[in-house]
Amino acid sequence: MVKGRQLNRLLFTDPETKQKVSDSKEMGFYKKQIRIALRNCGFINPENIEEYIARDGYAALGKALSEMTPEEVIKEIIASGLRGRGGGGFPTGLKWDITRKVQAEQKYVVCNADEGDPGAFMDRSILEGDPHAVLEAMAINGYCTGASKGLIYIRAEYPLAITRLKIAINQAREYGLLGNNIMGTGFDFDVEIRYGAGAFVCGEETSLIHSMEGNRGEPTVKPPFPSESGYKGMPTNVNNVETYANIPVILLEGSAWFSSIGTEKSKGTKVFALAGKVNNVGLIEVPMGITLREVIFEIGGGIKDGKKFKAVQTGGPSGGCLTEKHLDIPIDYDNLLAHGSMMGSGGMIVMDEDDCMVSMAKFYLEFTVEESCGKCAPCRIGNKRLYEMLETISEGKGTEADLTRLRNLAYVIKDTSLCGLGQTSPNPVLSTLENFQDEYNEHVKDKKCRAGQCKSLMQYVITEDLCVGCTLCSRVCPVDAIAGEKKQVHLINQELCIKCGACMDKCKFKAISIQ
Amino acid sequence: MANIKLPAHKVEELKEVCKQFDHQGSELINVLHAAQGLFGYLPAEVQELVANELNLPLAHVYGVVTFYSFFSMTPKGEFPISICMGTACYVRGAEKVLDEFKRLLNVKVGETTPDGKYSVSCLRCVGACGLAPVVTVGEKVYGRVTADDVKGIIAEYNS
Repeated sequence: MVKGRQLNRLLFTDPETKQKVSDSKEMGFYKKQIRIALRNCGFINPENIEEYIARDGYAALGKALSEMTPEEVIKEIIASGLRGRGGGGFPTGLKWDITRKVQAEQKYVVCNADEGDPGAFMDRSILEGDPHAVLEAMAINGYCTGASKGLIYIRAEYPLAITRLKIAINQAREYGLLGNNIMGTGFDFDVEIRYGAGAFVCGEETSLIHSMEGNRGEPTVKPPFPSESGYKGMPTNVNNVETYANIPVILLEGSAWFSSIGTEKSKGTKVFALAGKVNNVGLIEVPMGITLREVIFEIGGGIKDGKKFKAVQTGGPSGGCLTEKHLDIPIDYDNLLAHGSMMGSGGMIVMDEDDCMVSMAKFYLEFTVEESCGKCAPCRIGNKRLYEMLETISEGKGTEADLTRLRNLAYVIKDTSLCGLGQTSPNPVLSTLENFQDEYNEHVKDKKCRAGQCKSLMQYVITEDLCVGCTLCSRVCPVDAIAGEKKQVHLINQELCIKCGACMDKCKFKAISIQ
Repeated sequence: MANIKLPAHKVEELKEVCKQFDHQGSELINVLHAAQGLFGYLPAEVQELVANELNLPLAHVYGVVTFYSFFSMTPKGEFPISICMGTACYVRGAEKVLDEFKRLLNVKVGETTPDGKYSVSCLRCVGACGLAPVVTVGEKVYGRVTADDVKGIIAEYNS
């Protein structure tokens, strides 16, 4: 906008219709979205509490403290149907109620901001864009459960989010919205920040609590649940950032409004981090029950470079790969679980025909192997063995018996691991085995990788008829593996070739292909 | 066990940090964050010092240091290069970028070049998946990096 007039040049162009779109609400990317948790992100200055207050900030806390009893607030949250957005999907109101009913001298409210899922960054965005929403919700939680102390466990990898949280906490204290005697009601609540140090398993609530106590972040058997015995042995209510961000809106707009959005068992919206090979990447907030097709092809704008859709991975390292045939199922906690994946914290990675499913499973396993805390044997040893089997297969040395062993071991790990990390770690293997059996068979029987990702199984070759001898490939080759005179057909020395693919990317005549 | 002489003023600073945290064992992770900020890494000598100050067994401190990937017991290069290997970056070709760094600098992941200038490590998702694949050098972030860009990135620090 310049002097009230729209600048045509800067308007978004729809990639399909080539039409300029004048209102962002009409853009395919935004049309299907409903913003609740992300309501303020990008709209307010997160370092100024007054901008948050101007958009009804802290009104929900005021309403709870002055007009409602803790029981009434919890009843409202239960009625809204809100479930934990960290991935587990436990009903939030119920959790609060359990913590409230336990008698103890001191209780704690914890915000889980240890967003370790690779490919998910909704918590970071909320903390950076709207930190007060989380503080307000934690205070409401404190009021309901009888806790006077709040702790935010945040990854040290998020320095900006930490800075903004600190500013927000100080401002809230100045305004009397944190600290003693909040809003003159006699309710005390304050928040402190605790830093993570790079351990995926610390997203698990018992591990997180051990980490906050200054120990190795290893999980313990539940029960007892943290709601009964958590931080320093006291009742501790742990919720995820995105869960908290929903709370103030539910209290202001009412549970009936919130539960009108979504499916029967999953209410409200979910933020997804859409990434991978789609045209529009970024955070999206969509109502539960939307289909994967709508997300990928309408919001995501389809697959990059006109390639073919192959799979979408949800739920991070604990989730699974869903395929073409799953595109029309409504997304909610239970449906994703039923189809071998899970909601997780909301990572959504789209893959096209160039991605090899065996490599994908291997990639996730590598992550799990590195992040397994080592406390229980199935996860520590089992996942390592799973990874080795996948490696053998991707090197073309696998046999059919390996596939059976792979499946059996995956089930053993799933059934016997101690915590959520181990129990879900074989999901990427199981779901790809289920949905892409052909591809595994090809690797094992035909020693072929159709996506051309498993380096041991492929060779770059030059097609004689197409090569014009421009020498471009031999010049980009980092290891001088390509020989040939100008205007003569070139040849790749397979022994020197490191299979980096640089030559194929550069060739203008499509003379180089993978075999 | 102590082999390295730690600079006295930094030792004092670390002791001050421990004091601020009231010498509480439960603040170990916060103290270690501060210590790594001061020394750049956590050699055995620093761990001993922290264990003494917080009145914890050295084995406990060592256990915590080795558990978390954020803590390092080896010094990093002057320009620490980190390649994001999160899923989004991986799908968009982070492995090729990593291979190129390893090849050009002739080091493995987790190693530092002999001149102490560059170290190469992988990290897990910096939360900039829209810019995948992402490389960070110190505090600077490079987005949409291709293997071709690698040479240029290294050259930026080569003066």
